[in-house]
Amino acid sequence: MVSRHAIRRGVYYDSVVLMQLQRSLAALPGVVDAAVVMATPANRELLESTGFALAGVEAGPEDLLVVVKADDAEAAAAALAEADRLLEQRRAAGPAGAPGAYRPRSLAAAASALPEAHWVLVSVPGRYAAGVAQQALDLGKHVFLYSDNVALADEIALKQQARSKGLLVMGPDCGTAIVNGVGLGFANRVRRGRVGIVAASGTGLQAVASAVHALGEGVSQAIGTGGRDLKAEVGGITALQGLDLLARDPQTDVIVLVSKPPAAGVATALLSAAQATGKPVVVDFIGYPPPARRLGNLHFAANLDEAAELAVHLRRAGKAPPISDGRPPITGYVRGLFSGGTLAVQVLLGLQPVLAPLYSNTPLRPEQALANSLHSQAHTILDLGEDEFTQGRLHPMLDNDLRLRRLRQEAADPEVGLILLDVVLGDGAHPDPAAELAPAIAEVKAARPDLEVAALVVGTDEDPQGATAQGERLAQAGATVLRSAAAAVEYVSRRLQQPYRYPYPALPLAHFGEDGRSLAAINVGLEMFYHSLLAQGAAAVHVDWRPPAGGNEALMAILAKMRSGRREQQPHG
Amino acid sequence: MVDIEQANATAVERMTSARPILKGVARARDVIPGMRDNLLLHAGPPITWERASGPLRGAVIGALIFEGLAADEAEAEAMVRAGEIALEPCHEHAAVGPMAGIISPSMQVYIVENVTHGNRAFSNLNEGYGKVLRYGAYSPEVLARLRWLNEVLGPVLQEALALSGEGIDLRALLAESLQMGDEGHNRNKAGSVLYTAKLAPWIARTSADKETIAEVLRSLAENALSVLNPVMAACKAMADAAHGVAGSTVMTTMARNGTELGIRVSGLGNRWFTGPAQVPHGLYFPGFTHADANPDIGDSTITETAGIGAFAMAGAPAIVSFVSGTPQDALNTTLEMYEITVAEHPYFKIPALNFRGTPVGVDIRKVVELGILPRINTGIAHRQAGVGQIGAGLALPPMEAFEKALMAYAEEYLS
Repeated sequence: MVSRHAIRRGVYYDSVVLMQLQRSLAALPGVVDAAVVMATPANRELLESTGFALAGVEAGPEDLLVVVKADDAEAAAAALAEADRLLEQRRAAGPAGAPGAYRPRSLAAAASALPEAHWVLVSVPGRYAAGVAQQALDLGKHVFLYSDNVALADEIALKQQARSKGLLVMGPDCGTAIVNGVGLGFANRVRRGRVGIVAASGTGLQAVASAVHALGEGVSQAIGTGGRDLKAEVGGITALQGLDLLARDPQTDVIVLVSKPPAAGVATALLSAAQATGKPVVVDFIGYPPPARRLGNLHFAANLDEAAELAVHLRRAGKAPPISDGRPPITGYVRGLFSGGTLAVQVLLGLQPVLAPLYSNTPLRPEQALANSLHSQAHTILDLGEDEFTQGRLHPMLDNDLRLRRLRQEAADPEVGLILLDVVLGDGAHPDPAAELAPAIAEVKAARPDLEVAALVVGTDEDPQGATAQGERLAQAGATVLRSAAAAVEYVSRRLQQPYRYPYPALPLAHFGEDGRSLAAINVGLEMFYHSLLAQGAAAVHVDWRPPAGGNEALMAILAKMRSGRREQQPHG
Repeated sequence: MVDIEQANATAVERMTSARPILKGVARARDVIPGMRDNLLLHAGPPITWERASGPLRGAVIGALIFEGLAADEAEAEAMVRAGEIALEPCHEHAAVGPMAGIISPSMQVYIVENVTHGNRAFSNLNEGYGKVLRYGAYSPEVLARLRWLNEVLGPVLQEALALSGEGIDLRALLAESLQMGDEGHNRNKAGSVLYTAKLAPWIARTSADKETIAEVLRSLAENALSVLNPVMAACKAMADAAHGVAGSTVMTTMARNGTELGIRVSGLGNRWFTGPAQVPHGLYFPGFTHADANPDIGDSTITETAGIGAFAMAGAPAIVSFVSGTPQDALNTTLEMYEITVAEHPYFKIPALNFRGTPVGVDIRKVVELGILPRINTGIAHRQAGVGQIGAGLALPPMEAFEKALMAYAEEYLS
């Protein structure tokens, strides 16, 4: 048996092509085994582990390596020649379109061949992906960035630039999306319909879309963001663009927002944007405790199936009227002064996705820890029943003195807009908390009429204090009376919901089905995505992409420098 | 930093708005800038005798014998080796010559003027097929043919062009011939007929006798390359108009001396960037093979530089048979050249591409980035002096030349 190899330098083929080629070679007479790979260290290691001898073979990641094990030298040579022939054949004739039809080599040529294409699918190796995406943005195209291993800094730069131009970058590492009824990347065949999806999780998107389909409804648009979009550094740029798009999209009735738990500030921004859509939004932050079942138009689902079911239910129920009492929102901070520890935690849990920054002396996450319990910071939820406050004094359920002093302290802070107190009734509790709390509330309200005070009254009318009677006295003093932690969360989040207007150029609805067209797209990278586009009836052009400058780093750097100079001269916006 | 896009747009606008007119014919010594009695111009980038290929050496010998400077091969070679004769690129003297491209001081040359920008360009008279100086042949019949060109054809053409008053608008002629199946480099059949037709009424009015007029007309009409040299000079006039735009990455020269191919770039002055010339691939005349072929030679790639030749292949499907291609291959060649060019030519249109303009203005950035080299249609010379043309086909320039140019650009403009 003999082993022979050939190296083709500075070429690039996607792995699917190479696997097909490998299969063809292995099937040749006299060939025992064949490998056709880009000679990356990982691939070399794999080959050596499967019995290919590569000692002395000088090939690097930019080189195509063909290795053949055959019965004799003749069969090996024939197989190597066949490899070249098959590769040439692929280059010469695109499988789609007229035989031998021209296959563009650059994005620019593809764009002029299919000018109606608003989308570019990028699935080239990660180190080249940002460059291709950049070219797509320069041409004014939206980007579906399937490639992974794109630097975070590149992702941020691309997304910020896209946002300023009214363009969308889905990804990097975006496995799937549905635009105008056409699946991009790994795509499920889902009927068109009125449920819009924004997902930072590829399989989450697929699961929800498929479930919506199975339940008889369909998807208007499904925007994938890539897994890092909701990191603090990226700030949910793509997800926010997606929410704004779906808010405006007349073909979307209900929105589903799916992601792994986002960074705190990002969650807040997302939920504000979701609230501002005015459409029912089903939120599933996978593995994150739902803050409530419902916050205004936001409906929290515990898992993907429930998210799909809720979306379908809401879609069939019709549009819910907007919830607003007409009062201007509170712009100051919330301070929660709790005597009940569990109530404090419940409210903290409910508010943490909608208020940031949020602090507590009983934090749920390290970043929520209050530096000094005696001084509130930003939004603060305090459990005044904690040991640090109760040493040498009675529990605040029995003794209101500490809370009254803290109420006055918080009211004196001009940055505070809402104070939330709990009033826990029952045997053993203070016999008449309203007698002390109501005058204090009236006093701070008199000094600051803009300050809102809410009281969460927990108890029954059978209790010695009488829940209704206590509530009435607190209400007379100027407090808003609430009867459950969920109601408190809902009330606070609604009162603090700031009017939200998406501050960046809007994604053009015309590119999302409003012009009545299906999808037209340019594919750069994995050829199977091109075939998938054609099979779904989309107009598509495949770019016969190869590494720029043959992968020569020095030349690539020069070319990049020449391009960046150009962009500096053309301020975007 | 310099605005490269703007610089390139300027360069290509100059290239395409140039309007080359064939104005006359005169002795090289009298009209070519910098021409001297002991100077021979040659195709391609600078070269020494030591490194020159067979056909170029043969043409140098032939020209020195033609000029009466040397009696034979040995004497000619000795003169060049001794430095008594200087060799300089045509391109550095506003001139271009096919294949070896030798222009000697007493040769009659075409004068083409770009009336838009005022620059002039020159080329020698075409010798036709067979044993010719441009392929390195210098037998007595070759020298006799050169003398006829110099003493009969040249003066008649000069007189005819003078009588015409305006000269011949080569841009208009090319625009027409490109729609008649020519690409202006390897195929000039239609252009040569048009050229003869435009000149005929004026040639008929010259002071030459009937026999001479008949001989001149027959020569022009039968030589399918008779318009090649004026076309090359026209392309040179267009390319030179685009040269010297600061910051531009547009290629304004691409030429081969049979050993190396060299390019020059609009924004990089008169520096040459070179690499080894490739042996063309194509069809060979009976009895010859690839092994007989000389590496790529000639200034005729000025046509590709100006947006015709291989770049206009989509309009000349007849010649794809040189590489056993199909008409689709011809279309693909032009479509590929759009990827590395700055603009589409406003005058040179291709019917098969719905009258899209030819790709014009090669951007060296795009060549390097995409790994797409400018295509070249070319005649193939025998590697030995004097054998002549042995085939025709396609060639590619060395990527090295473009990479060197890009690095020089980075040094000049980006550091």
